[in-house]
Amino acid sequence: MRALCWAGAGLVEVRRVPDPELRNAQDMIVRVRRSTTCGADLPLLAGRVPEASAGEVLGREFLGDVVEVGPEVRRHRVADRVVVGAAVACGACWFCRQAMPACCDNGTGGVAAEPQWGQPPAGGYGRPARLGGFAGGHAEYVRVPYADVGAFAVPESVSDERAVFAAGAAPAGWYGAELGEVAPGDVVAVWGAGAVGQLTADAAVARGADRVVVVDDRDDRLRMVTGHDGVEALNHRYVDVLAELRERSGGRGPDVCVDASGVTAAGPGRWPAVEPDGGAALREAVHACRKGGVVVVLDARPGFVDRFPLGAFADKGLAVRAARRRGGAAIPALLERMARDELVTEHLATHRMPLERGAEGYALFRDRADGCVRVVFTP
Amino acid sequence: MARSRRLAAGALASAGARMLAPAGARVLARRRARRAGADPRPGRWQVVTVAAPPEQVLPAGRWPEPLRRLDGAVEVWARPAPGGRGTELAVRPLGGECALPGFAAHLVGDDPGRFLRQVLRQTKQLLETGEVLLADRSPLDRPGAAP
Repeated sequence: MRALCWAGAGLVEVRRVPDPELRNAQDMIVRVRRSTTCGADLPLLAGRVPEASAGEVLGREFLGDVVEVGPEVRRHRVADRVVVGAAVACGACWFCRQAMPACCDNGTGGVAAEPQWGQPPAGGYGRPARLGGFAGGHAEYVRVPYADVGAFAVPESVSDERAVFAAGAAPAGWYGAELGEVAPGDVVAVWGAGAVGQLTADAAVARGADRVVVVDDRDDRLRMVTGHDGVEALNHRYVDVLAELRERSGGRGPDVCVDASGVTAAGPGRWPAVEPDGGAALREAVHACRKGGVVVVLDARPGFVDRFPLGAFADKGLAVRAARRRGGAAIPALLERMARDELVTEHLATHRMPLERGAEGYALFRDRADGCVRVVFTP
Repeated sequence: MARSRRLAAGALASAGARMLAPAGARVLARRRARRAGADPRPGRWQVVTVAAPPEQVLPAGRWPEPLRRLDGAVEVWARPAPGGRGTELAVRPLGGECALPGFAAHLVGDDPGRFLRQVLRQTKQLLETGEVLLADRSPLDRPGAAP
């Protein structure tokens, strides 16, 4: 089959690779209909993930049709259209039972390298096999482990272009608002106007926030925020973000601050990864947040960040929460919202391309060129 | 660790001998003095918490697979995890010190700690999910598969 593979630092290319196979009784095989770029790919693409091997298939978020099921798969049948959660989780360990599938103990395959902090997170698609990852969804077919736990039937009325965002971006955004315990009347600030940031803003509005402000440095993305979400936008190149947020929150500061700025392709090119801008968004979020508020850090981050404002954090009595990915628990409810047109995501697919143009698509996505938020591929 | 061992011994005494394998199990018999500056890895217990009660983790006192295959080479203890989290299952090699110091052993693939962590992880997966999750096979492992 054809698949978009990592080919070395800065290089991706479509290659022919063997079709995936059922390896476990709870596996199934999906023929991919759509897949989307993800910011968590950027460090890998840039060659900043030493565990990556050339030829590994990329793609963390995808949906498609079931073409083969293992003997222990109960919830899916051949020809079902499903979206697959970005986290590979077992549904049975203590963390999964506590609705924390992103922390699943059993989601990595084979002899995975143990991270420096000793506890592997859930598995994922398009992650290096040495980290326990599985081949990704930028391909014609993909193997889905724990299929009953991680895949969800898509309502007929929901388009592929909308539903593909239920795989990772929408659950992440919704989880950001959930972790922040956004409540009616809250003021919420979100750093990052990418797909996850925009969907965090959507979620905050849906939970009844009184005011939602998104901070970024890209005018095109901020126009999209105000046009589609009905929230306010701040470009930190032009304004004093801390002063603006104080003014817009009655001098208190936002109740909830979400750092959804993700990672960039740029960086020092060494390991362990160090955030190139020194965690500016996180630092600003801590300084902006009201006393006793909540700061949420979303999505993939580099290994270390310098100059964390520990004094402000302690003096203000803040809570900091984080999640790399949501897992599948929220996906059914999000698909229902999509079916009711309460959650609209297709505008985030600013570019749609055949898989053969994967290298071009990732270059656009990496450089945020031509107003790119996400590229959606069709194999 | 000494406190954990005392707790383990207490828990085992109260839970009864059915929690331990009758054959091959070595129940905390020794307390290894830790030498100042010595690498504690060879004597360190590797522990996982399995989300299942002790009677499922060690049915009739039998070690679960694939841990059972190490009978005679390791010692094992188990106790109920606090807060209803299941069962804490611990293992360490019998026979004392590793021939190589920790990092050197790791480099040559002769790190018993790493091996035991992997076996424990597979044991936990099998108990919790019913299977050991296998990695994708690489193209090199599938010479007959047409691309």
